[in-house]
Amino acid sequence: MRLFLIYLAGLGFGVGIAISGMMNPAKVLNFFDFAGIWDPTLLVVMVSALVVTAIGYRLVFRRERPLFSPRFQVPTSRTIDAKLVGGAAVFGIGWGISGFCPGAALPALGTGDPAVLIFVGAMILGILLARAAIQRSWLARVFATA
Amino acid sequence: MIETTFTPVSAAVGGAMIGLGAVLLMALRGNVFGATGILAGVMSPSSSGEWAWRAVLMAGMISGPVAVFAVTGQMPAIEVPVSTWMLVVGGLIVGAGVTYGSGCTSGHGICGLARLSPRSIVATATFMASTAATVFVIRHVIGG
Repeated sequence: MRLFLIYLAGLGFGVGIAISGMMNPAKVLNFFDFAGIWDPTLLVVMVSALVVTAIGYRLVFRRERPLFSPRFQVPTSRTIDAKLVGGAAVFGIGWGISGFCPGAALPALGTGDPAVLIFVGAMILGILLARAAIQRSWLARVFATA
Repeated sequence: MIETTFTPVSAAVGGAMIGLGAVLLMALRGNVFGATGILAGVMSPSSSGEWAWRAVLMAGMISGPVAVFAVTGQMPAIEVPVSTWMLVVGGLIVGAGVTYGSGCTSGHGICGLARLSPRSIVATATFMASTAATVFVIRHVIGG
């Protein structure tokens, strides 16, 4: 039952991405093409999702704890560093090149479209490479201080 | 380039459903709905209990377009205006960027902004600007 409800949360998100048109890289890229064939759809999707989430979170946070977990596990870090800003800037370059972001590409796997499979495969490789690089620099720091 | 039309009604309805999914996950498990974190958790679980709910959540996400197909008889459109090598390069860059930046459009852009997280506000402003700059360069500087 617990896992079924979590499944429904994923399904709601996936149906939302599908209905909204955000699975379609042509629409996503046209949103960012202010100097060309601008399509404002993405803005409406984000504002709508944001309003619902902001109001919903406010109601949920009135409770002591979530239903299936002892506490809320929201990110607590407040550090704004080069890793955050650099990572976000790099992500945007990849989003602008391909038209896919992770939140759209994962549900889009359900269509079986080969373009999505290619993108997600490359994205997973990118995650693994970045993890290896982060781990290596962390190891280097440990050895440097040892 | 592929022309698309502004679809405000389906955008608002779809956006609201994305938000409801995020709120439901917070109410159930107390986690933010970030696609990057969910995928990362499925790829390398810290414990089997932590793996299972993320895998189920991802299965739910992937069934989204299938559910739409079951109801409407039509798969959501995917029109790719870029070449295969751009999908590969873009995918590699997205994967690296979201790993360093600790999140993407869903985690920072929706859940983080809804919580008014300063990190997410900075991250979202940064990636929206760099995406727009990238599209401008590709379409109007190189392609122009």
